[in-house]
Amino acid sequence: MSWIVSLPLIIPFATAVLSFLWRRSHLGGLVSVTGAAAQLVAAGVLMASTWQNGYTVGQMGGWDAPFGITLVADLLSAVMVVITAITGLAVAVYALSEIDARREELGYHALFHVLLTGVTGAFLTGDLFNLYVWFEVMLIASFGLLVLGGTKAEIDGGVKYVALNLVSTMLFLMATGLLYGLTGSLNMADLAQSVRASDNQGLVTVIAMMFMVAFGVKAALFPLFFWLPASYHTPAFSVSAVFAGLLTKVGVYALIRAFTLIFVSDVALTHQILLWAAVLTMITGVLGAASQNDFRKILSFHIVSQIGYMVLGLALFTPLALTGAVFYLVHHIIVKANLFLVSGVAHKLAKGTDLSRIGGLYKTAPLLAFLFLIPAFSLAGFPPLSGFWAKYVVVKASFEAGAFVAGAAALVVGALTIFSMTKIWAEAFWKDHPDGQEPRLRDIALRERLLALAPIAGLAALTVVIGLFPAPFLDLASRASAQLLDPQAYIDAVMPGGPS
Amino acid sequence: MNSLLLSVASRFFVTLLLMFSVFMLLRGHNLPGGGFIGGLIGAAGFIVYAIANGSQAARRTLRIDPRVIASSGVGIALLAGLSAALFGKAFFTGTWLIAGSIKLSTVIIFDIGVYFAVFGAILTLVFALEEAV
Repeated sequence: MSWIVSLPLIIPFATAVLSFLWRRSHLGGLVSVTGAAAQLVAAGVLMASTWQNGYTVGQMGGWDAPFGITLVADLLSAVMVVITAITGLAVAVYALSEIDARREELGYHALFHVLLTGVTGAFLTGDLFNLYVWFEVMLIASFGLLVLGGTKAEIDGGVKYVALNLVSTMLFLMATGLLYGLTGSLNMADLAQSVRASDNQGLVTVIAMMFMVAFGVKAALFPLFFWLPASYHTPAFSVSAVFAGLLTKVGVYALIRAFTLIFVSDVALTHQILLWAAVLTMITGVLGAASQNDFRKILSFHIVSQIGYMVLGLALFTPLALTGAVFYLVHHIIVKANLFLVSGVAHKLAKGTDLSRIGGLYKTAPLLAFLFLIPAFSLAGFPPLSGFWAKYVVVKASFEAGAFVAGAAALVVGALTIFSMTKIWAEAFWKDHPDGQEPRLRDIALRERLLALAPIAGLAALTVVIGLFPAPFLDLASRASAQLLDPQAYIDAVMPGGPS
Repeated sequence: MNSLLLSVASRFFVTLLLMFSVFMLLRGHNLPGGGFIGGLIGAAGFIVYAIANGSQAARRTLRIDPRVIASSGVGIALLAGLSAALFGKAFFTGTWLIAGSIKLSTVIIFDIGVYFAVFGAILTLVFALEEAV
């Protein structure tokens, strides 16, 4: 058990070490892709084990909970690890077509896999302080990736990113300290019990709000999202794809974990705040996107608006709503990473991402246009793609829970998303290139073309599959949400001997 | 810096601090010390050397790229964690390897990995800062 749950962590970590040692030869890239594939296999094994047993628990170093560090995979964690591995593999392949020798020499592949380690660790850990450590690992790796190119724009974006994220981790650390002072424990399952039993519920609520702000910054929740559109459009495309797919979702995951397992004593207050934050996140994100005129900036603001849907699912706190949140997480990671990869190819062909300066891609690269259309329509929620089911479940859950404003906002935001996607379509693909260029996919060398288009096609196919056969995925999401609403089962799985 | 005194003294510093860093590394098993502080002290020796003779000279004396030292250290630490699999225990479980009167724990291997990771990382930073000026 313990190795099944730790292997998805060990593999990217070992891959990072090996690809750094081989960074000067072509082996570095090969090691990176092999490692990502191996992580996907390990994640699949973890998923199978968790699907069968409900929980996969490992006590690191043989120290039993609540004293040692526990790795726990419930269905939500297992799903997130699988999706992380899928995105990791797709981006690792894409990176071979994009990352130049200079970035490889500086350790691109190593940083990328350290980032994957951090993300996977955050999904798997059952210990609050360990979660903080994984956040730091992610932050260090992502800062490295952001500034690897060394251009002025990248440094500018990187500084904004790091400054705001440091504030968040600082707050996270302080809240963890307070919580440890109150309960004397850091193990999440143990905390879930002792927080509920605490007589100082006022302080618990204060700590809960600190965690909400700390994770809210990570998740890019209104009004804490400003770092995201300021930095995501600057680095290499494969870097922004993996950021867009995974990083904010770690924040959402941490919110879901904390506010279903630990802080559920004052749902009326905390989840009400989350509800309004979610609604405002959706609206400000989509309006921000409408005002932008750059391929990647539009996509960045859409990350913010989509985060709102997931947090809305958490805030409603009903089984159906959490099902929607889990489904939305999975759908969004695939689609958003894919859109950023498409923007990378568009940049290569049309020599830019500023929508007023590019165009003509429909005429010259119809295959790319087709591959853009699938994730773009899925993001906007067109049937029969994955985004339709994700939105449908969240909207249905909000109307059932009586949150009519939130449900209506979700529908309006969906319509405005179509507006943004149409704008990209009309500007980048439909209209002629302003400089009269006619770049064709054929102009890119065959190897590069395959490495860039294969992951895009793979992720697009996944979107279509989820859209056409949603039943097993919804089933998985609803089992995950049932687990989330039953903290006692989690506690029993982590500490089978009962409370310490 | 062009100082003959410092340049001559720095050679002794490197040896002394490296020996002291290994002492701190081994002492860490039961007393204050360990890989992290050992790596810092070891790096301090080379930092003095770099200040006295320039970072290029320090790089030549070190022979191996500090980034390689750092990542190898991380790899060694990972191997120490993985070694628990040989004994059928959970990841990172400390185990004793006993050969006659010699007792070696996998924990010290982890600490040696930390030593190299810190040593390499600090020197990477310092050399980079020195060369940027």
